Amino acid sequence: MRSTEDGTLNEVDENAVETALQLKEAAQAADPDSGHEVVALTMGPSIAVDAARRAMQMGADRGVHVCDDDLAGADYAVTAAALAAAIRTEAPVDAVVTGMAALDGLGSVIGSLLAAELGWPQLSVARSVSWADGVITAHRGVDGVSETWQAATPAVVSVTDVTNSPRLARMKEILAAKAKPVRTLSAADLGLTTEELTSRTAVRSATRRPEPDPEIIFDDGTGGAKLAEYLIAHDLLAKENS
Amino acid sequence: MTGVLVPLGSDAAAGLRPATREVLTLARDLGEVTALAHTTPTADLLAELGSYGVTRVLTTPLPEPASAAAVAAQAVVSAVTEVSCAVVLFTSSFTTKEIAAHTAHRLGAGLLIDVGGVHLDGGRLVGGKRAFGGTWETVCEVRTEVAVATVTPNAVMARPAPQPTVPELRDLPAEIEVPPRLELLERTVADHSGDTRPSLAEAAIVVSGGRGTFGDFEPVEELADALGAAVGTTRDCVEEGWLPPEAMVGQTGTTVAPRVYIGAGISGAPHHIGGMAGAGTVVAVNIDDEAPLVQLADFAVIGDLSSVLADAVEALREHGG
Ligand SMILES: Cc1cc2nc3c(=O)[nH]c(=O)nc-3n(C[C@H](O)[C@H](O)[C@H](O)COP(=O)(O)OP(=O)(O)OC[C@H]3O[C@@H](n4cnc5c(N)ncnc54)[C@H](O)[C@@H]3O)c2cc1C
Ligand SMILES: Cc1cc2nc3c(=O)[nH]c(=O)nc-3n(C[C@H](O)[C@H](O)[C@H](O)COP(=O)(O)OP(=O)(O)OC[C@H]3O[C@@H](n4cnc5c(N)ncnc54)[C@H](O)[C@@H]3O)c2cc1C
Repeated sequence: MRSTEDGTLNEVDENAVETALQLKEAAQAADPDSGHEVVALTMGPSIAVDAARRAMQMGADRGVHVCDDDLAGADYAVTAAALAAAIRTEAPVDAVVTGMAALDGLGSVIGSLLAAELGWPQLSVARSVSWADGVITAHRGVDGVSETWQAATPAVVSVTDVTNSPRLARMKEILAAKAKPVRTLSAADLGLTTEELTSRTAVRSATRRPEPDPEIIFDDGTGGAKLAEYLIAHDLLAKENS
Repeated sequence: MTGVLVPLGSDAAAGLRPATREVLTLARDLGEVTALAHTTPTADLLAELGSYGVTRVLTTPLPEPASAAAVAAQAVVSAVTEVSCAVVLFTSSFTTKEIAAHTAHRLGAGLLIDVGGVHLDGGRLVGGKRAFGGTWETVCEVRTEVAVATVTPNAVMARPAPQPTVPELRDLPAEIEVPPRLELLERTVADHSGDTRPSLAEAAIVVSGGRGTFGDFEPVEELADALGAAVGTTRDCVEEGWLPPEAMVGQTGTTVAPRVYIGAGISGAPHHIGGMAGAGTVVAVNIDDEAPLVQLADFAVIGDLSSVLADAVEALREHGG
């Protein structure tokens, strides 16, 4: 899961945690001795551990925090390599659940890259997820196509904000979460090679865009006409591209 | 000359999509363009590709499940090797982002997602994109020999080549491994042949309505039709059942980057803004001048959306638009 700038949990990752908890509950219902755990994995600076804590408050059993200065500014490839290496340290794993897109990067690629790294099947942008007898079934509807996929575990699943309603943490769990263990892993612990640690993309420049300075019109009965005038005056009616 | 590969995807049979024409336009500025198709292109498609300056078309069928990103990516990788391309340019959608990720992984290539334009600088692919809800403009470069990028729709105006080409047509032998343990149980493709509006992801103009419509989307739809625009919305309206999920713009909906985004009765939550911050010009209509979408707009009308939009439609009709 992904922390946001202030270290809180990227919201759609709450859905990912919820899915993981439901998969565990399904496994337990089928076999009370299944021994399944939900592990919250996050990579980021020290504050990112708060995201794992938040997941543990929801019910995750423990946390793994990949934290290393060498991973600051990691691109998609490095992020995926590091997360995959951390997942391998937890083997055997039945399912890796991610959000469909992190709010800041909006890359929507980490799930695919993890599937590729691990060589696992991928069930992505799942609107519903169910698990039975080691098989995960997911339904998705994107880009005008509706599909139902099935994968035998281990598999990578990515979920949306409508896949489920994340449970609210109860006081008892919030207190219990404080005592749950978090394993911190460095790049060296993960055995990442220099190549794996080298970003393949680099930010050349980042410039703050000028503060928006909206032209605001209070409607006095001519607001609609002024809107039309604005579009016409700025040559924004062109239809040829549509 | 730099070789550029443009995967056409499986829906090219029906003709090139606007977004694909834009990507071909960008690709031509980078170097020699090869297109990849999965069914033998029709004469019409070949002619259209020629009009965009494509020099070569590779064709390779995909084994089932053809819609698995890992399958499509292997065909792209074979094509890159076959014609030694240094750049792979995709349009940008959920589907293509997944294929792009698997492609980049297999090629050990750097990946740029949702760039609003690309160019080569010292042999490196450079792309720009907006970040953090549109407040930052970033320029990223790829440092690997091969670069993979997805380009947002409307990044450029599609332009046919000054000199049309006659593309060479070639079968691409590709050995594609089917991903393990994965099965497609059911697949339905929505029929968009009767659509009168452009697709949300690719439209040059998007008119979106939020909770401020109170479920009455007529003014929003009328303005969209007057502008030849697509209709979008927010998650709240989808939850209310006012519009289908396909119309949702945002972090967990469709990412749009139209030339003009008009948001009426939308507050502008970060989840929503994340999906439209790439828009060229933003217009807001809201009763609240403090709404975040009003604050980030280029132009805003503070008033009731139903009358403002209806008046705008009338003014546009008078203009003859
Ligand atoms: C504005 C911006 C633009 C960027 N552009 C590029 C680019 O073009 N190319 C490039 O190579 N890199 C880029 N990066 C870097 C990239 O965002 C990071 O590598 C990031 O950690 C993963 O990408 P994402 O945020 O797009 O995640 P997404 O793929 O959108 O995230 C999907 C899910 O993956 C999981 N996840 C993502 N990150 C983590 C994490 N650190 N720990 C645990 N789980 C995680 C979460 O479940 C999340 O919901 C960019 C970063 C920013 C902020
Ligand atoms: C994990 C997660 C993911 C999400 N993903 C998305 C996403 O992808 N896309 C998305 O849109 N949302 C998403 N959301 C929801 C988002 O946080 C907001 O709740 C939503 O965007 C608000 O929708 P709205 O602007 O229509 O409604 P509101 O926030 O209620 O805004 C309504 C606006 O209408 C104005 N208004 C009222 N009456 C009138 C009138 N008569 N004329 C003009 N204006 C009027 C009001 O002043 C107000 O600004 C997500 C939320 C979460 C937690």
